[in-house]
Amino acid sequence: MENLEPLANEAKAAIEAAEDGATLEQLRVDYLGKKGQITALLKGLGKLSAEDRPAAGARINVVKQELQDLIGARKSSLESAAIEAQLAAETIDVSLPGRGQSTGGIHPVTRTIERMEDFFAAIGFEVVEGPEIEDDYHNFEALNIPAHHPARAMHDTFYVDETTVLRTHTSPVQVRVMENQQPPLRIICPGRVYRCDSDLTHTPMFHQVEGLLIDESSSFADLKGVVEEFLRVFFEKELAVRFRPSYFPFTEPSAEVDIQCVGCGGEGCRICSHTGWLEVMGCGMVHPKVLKNCNIDGEKYSGFAFGMGVERLAMLRYGVSDLRLFFDNDLRFLEQF
Amino acid sequence: MNISEQWLREWVDPPLSTEELAHQITMAGLEVDAIDPVAGAFSGVVVAEIIAAEQHPDADKLRVCQVSAGGETVQIVCGATNARVGLKAPLATVGALLPGDFKIKAAKLRGVESQGMLCAEQELGLSDESDGLMELSGDAPVGADLRDYLQLDDSVIEIGLTPNRADCLGVAGVAREVGLLNNLPVTPLSFQKVEQSIEDTFPVSLRDADRCPRYVGRVIRDVDVSQPSPLWLQEKLRRCGIRSIDAVVDVTNYLLLELGQPMHAFDLDKLDGGIVVRNAVAGESLELLDGQTIEPRDDTLVIADANGPLALAGIMGGQASAVSDKTRNIFLEAAFFTPVLLAGKARSYGLHTDSSHRFERGVDFNGQAEALERASQLLLDIVGGKAGPLVEVVSENDVPVRPDVTLRAAQIKRILGFELPAAEVERILGGLGLGVTVVEGGWSCTVPSWRFDIELEADLLEELARVYGYNNLPVSHIRADLVMPARTEALTSSRALRRHLSARGYREAITYSFVDPKLQQVFDPELDPVALANPISADMGVMRTSLLPGLVSAVLRNTNRQQPRVRLFETGLRFVPSADGLQQISTLAMVVTGPRLAETWSSVDQPTDFYDIKGDLESVLALSRQAEAFGFEAGQRSALHPGQTACITYKGQQVGYVGSLHPTVVAELGLNAPLYVVEMDLEPVLSAILPKFEELSKFPEVRRDLAVVVDKSVASAELMSNVRAVAGTYLTDLRLFDVYEGKGIDPKRKSLALGLTFRDHSRTLSDDVVNLAVDQVIDSLEKNYKGELRN
Repeated sequence: MENLEPLANEAKAAIEAAEDGATLEQLRVDYLGKKGQITALLKGLGKLSAEDRPAAGARINVVKQELQDLIGARKSSLESAAIEAQLAAETIDVSLPGRGQSTGGIHPVTRTIERMEDFFAAIGFEVVEGPEIEDDYHNFEALNIPAHHPARAMHDTFYVDETTVLRTHTSPVQVRVMENQQPPLRIICPGRVYRCDSDLTHTPMFHQVEGLLIDESSSFADLKGVVEEFLRVFFEKELAVRFRPSYFPFTEPSAEVDIQCVGCGGEGCRICSHTGWLEVMGCGMVHPKVLKNCNIDGEKYSGFAFGMGVERLAMLRYGVSDLRLFFDNDLRFLEQF
Repeated sequence: MNISEQWLREWVDPPLSTEELAHQITMAGLEVDAIDPVAGAFSGVVVAEIIAAEQHPDADKLRVCQVSAGGETVQIVCGATNARVGLKAPLATVGALLPGDFKIKAAKLRGVESQGMLCAEQELGLSDESDGLMELSGDAPVGADLRDYLQLDDSVIEIGLTPNRADCLGVAGVAREVGLLNNLPVTPLSFQKVEQSIEDTFPVSLRDADRCPRYVGRVIRDVDVSQPSPLWLQEKLRRCGIRSIDAVVDVTNYLLLELGQPMHAFDLDKLDGGIVVRNAVAGESLELLDGQTIEPRDDTLVIADANGPLALAGIMGGQASAVSDKTRNIFLEAAFFTPVLLAGKARSYGLHTDSSHRFERGVDFNGQAEALERASQLLLDIVGGKAGPLVEVVSENDVPVRPDVTLRAAQIKRILGFELPAAEVERILGGLGLGVTVVEGGWSCTVPSWRFDIELEADLLEELARVYGYNNLPVSHIRADLVMPARTEALTSSRALRRHLSARGYREAITYSFVDPKLQQVFDPELDPVALANPISADMGVMRTSLLPGLVSAVLRNTNRQQPRVRLFETGLRFVPSADGLQQISTLAMVVTGPRLAETWSSVDQPTDFYDIKGDLESVLALSRQAEAFGFEAGQRSALHPGQTACITYKGQQVGYVGSLHPTVVAELGLNAPLYVVEMDLEPVLSAILPKFEELSKFPEVRRDLAVVVDKSVASAELMSNVRAVAGTYLTDLRLFDVYEGKGIDPKRKSLALGLTFRDHSRTLSDDVVNLAVDQVIDSLEKNYKGELRN
């Protein structure tokens, strides 16, 4: 028993000096294994007297426990050092950009149309689309614009032949819906439209969103409400809106809608030609002749329609300075949306 | 239309500033586009008279004038050729300020003192160009301030009238509106009718009276056309944008502006027989006042005499019968032409005149006689002469009929959403010139002859709303039953599609629907595209049969701007002529060029290839949950690489293409890298099926890999589908995990590595079962594809 203490010290020193798991395991076997030196001491207890045996056993067991704890502690210390080393070796520059495809994007016109659709969908309007090469009847006649009507000159129509045109507005979609469905109707019609005009402020193709509501009791007051509300949610601003009498063959009464200039707040600037107002849409109560053309009883139902240019609103919303950029598809432009 | 504010205020003079007045009429539907001063900002300019003029001693083109400006005589050096003794002209005195902050000082011109400047109209901002000094009338008071004398403190109000408001194409009409809006009386037109002093008349007959129901004329003899129009008349015309020509023409133009009634004066001595208003006859020709000679079609109304057409009715007079400086006798006329029958005619000859503009929109059909009387009075005042009787030829059956319109009081509430007191209704409608009679539940209204836009109750409602003020009308929120709309789930939304492509690096483009026929020909040579009759330009001449010409052009624009890597997509219609007529097909197209990934630290610069765009497309098609409904087969399309093009099929139907642009097309377009394209119908892309749950197997799967060597020409997709068909029902997954060509393989052959996964729902599969399936696959590959297992 007298060698217990030197043995313990020797073992402790060896454990402290162990540099890896295998050495530690060998030490465990050497001291604490079945044939280990500490185990041997325990086995030798039988040679002691009954009086000495408990005390000696207790001393050996204390050492054994001590060594076991030391091995465990050394093991975890070695393991964590190994992990630390691995982590240190594996450290990367997390500020480098990630890998893979860069994100593309949606065209500002589509983005604007989707917002408009969402606002109107939230109050029960359905989105409807239709053909872009239209017949004269749906683009003009049904909308109370007979041949040679001066209003046709307002449209600068592209003709395919005498009775076929590129639609000048999305109103023919409304006609097609009215022909096939009875009120109540709440629809909006987004899409491409075409006018034979090309300069700084006109492109021969642009987009409109038109809306139509027909119900048993819809009035000009409702129209004003919908239009004002739309413009405020669209621009996310409490802006002044005014209605000016105007003329469209398919509505009566008809109105143009102006908003307080979003560039200057109504003070007058280049955007609003120093008037403080921006014309943003046309609207009105659906003309009784249009209802009649679509077999809707104007005595029972009334309704309103409105229409706006998407590019115009997108320009105002995002501050785009040149209409033609929308169709140039320059990535430097598209990437901004 | 341009209108002089001063002239308007002669009719009705509300206590409003110019801006307030303009705002008021704008808000009543007569949109003011601009307000411009009638003259430049100047001061210190007076009426002066040249009392002596001598040649400048040292300058050929200058004259030294002695000018009286009321007080003492001043010496002015002047270069104008019309600087002559007796001329009255504006003089900018020393100290005067001319437009552009130009201050007049005493100066020496080539050594001769000049104390001021005689002015041309242009120098005073009275016109855009001028030739010589402004000539003032002989009775102009020397020394008077020019601004006062010409009443230049006036504005031109430019009104952009909508086509329905022809009644406001004259000062009188605008005055009517202003009077009503301000609740002020309008000064009625009053003048002394001329005395008839001769009996001469000129015969008029209306042959096509449906087009010209009323024609009023008068002979005036012994006019002195050398008399210039008085300054007030010239000024009024000028301010409304009409140049003074001679007194006769000026008076007819004056009536056009005052009452909106176009008129015409013929040189009576050049007329033969009588006036016939009739359709033109084929072969006739007419030299118009603008100098061009036309051959009017037989659908066109002309004013003719025995020798043929004299004027295009309602559009423009003819040169031969026009009043000239030799004219002694005139035939003055005013007519009404039926708007719908005249509409479009001027345009069809490439013409648009003040007359045609008014007649097409509607001129007061009862106003001709009054206009003629008014014009006669003005004319005789200016050019003298003797007037014959006013002769009116009218076809009563063809004069427009204005049925009375009933307005129900309840409709005001129903359509406008508010109640308007009866007295206000009557005041507004009465003020517009309607005859208003109270009837049960509302009013019955007669419509005045100058309003062509009132025929329905809705038209009256608009008038009420307009005059009451749109912005004074109430605002309300719409109310409706909240009903959930049906929404099919078996559909990919176009929004989801766009988001998906965007997430894979594509930017949405929008290209024009009309394209260059030459470029389109490259893509669809077999199609005859829809051509526009009136394209903006030749390179936007036909409707696209494919989205690719537009997208490829967009790529090119970007690569030309140092953007080598472009990934774009577009959705939209393509317009395909077919045996069943024109088809307008919703289409998806994608284009990719340049490096696979944006330049970054982590990627080598690998160019995009066919499988990149195909992979992107497959990921889109996977949104449908029925990717297996789509197939890809080697195919051909014009402009695409014959060895790198696949037809896309959907349930066996061909629905589009994916491929690489043909190298010669790439070169011709000037692209500097290959371009990969997809074009396919949108409908199958957006079709989808509902998710349907399948029980999950509790038993393990068994995987077997096979490497099989087959000819290069074998399409892997076909081989895979064969494997799927013969591998039995336990095959749950089949993958092609390697394709190898090269060393160790016959150069004409390739090795395909297949991973087959088997699993059953009710048991663990035994080796025997799996081996049997694999053997069937191997047999089939040997038999159908001369496939050999690779060791």
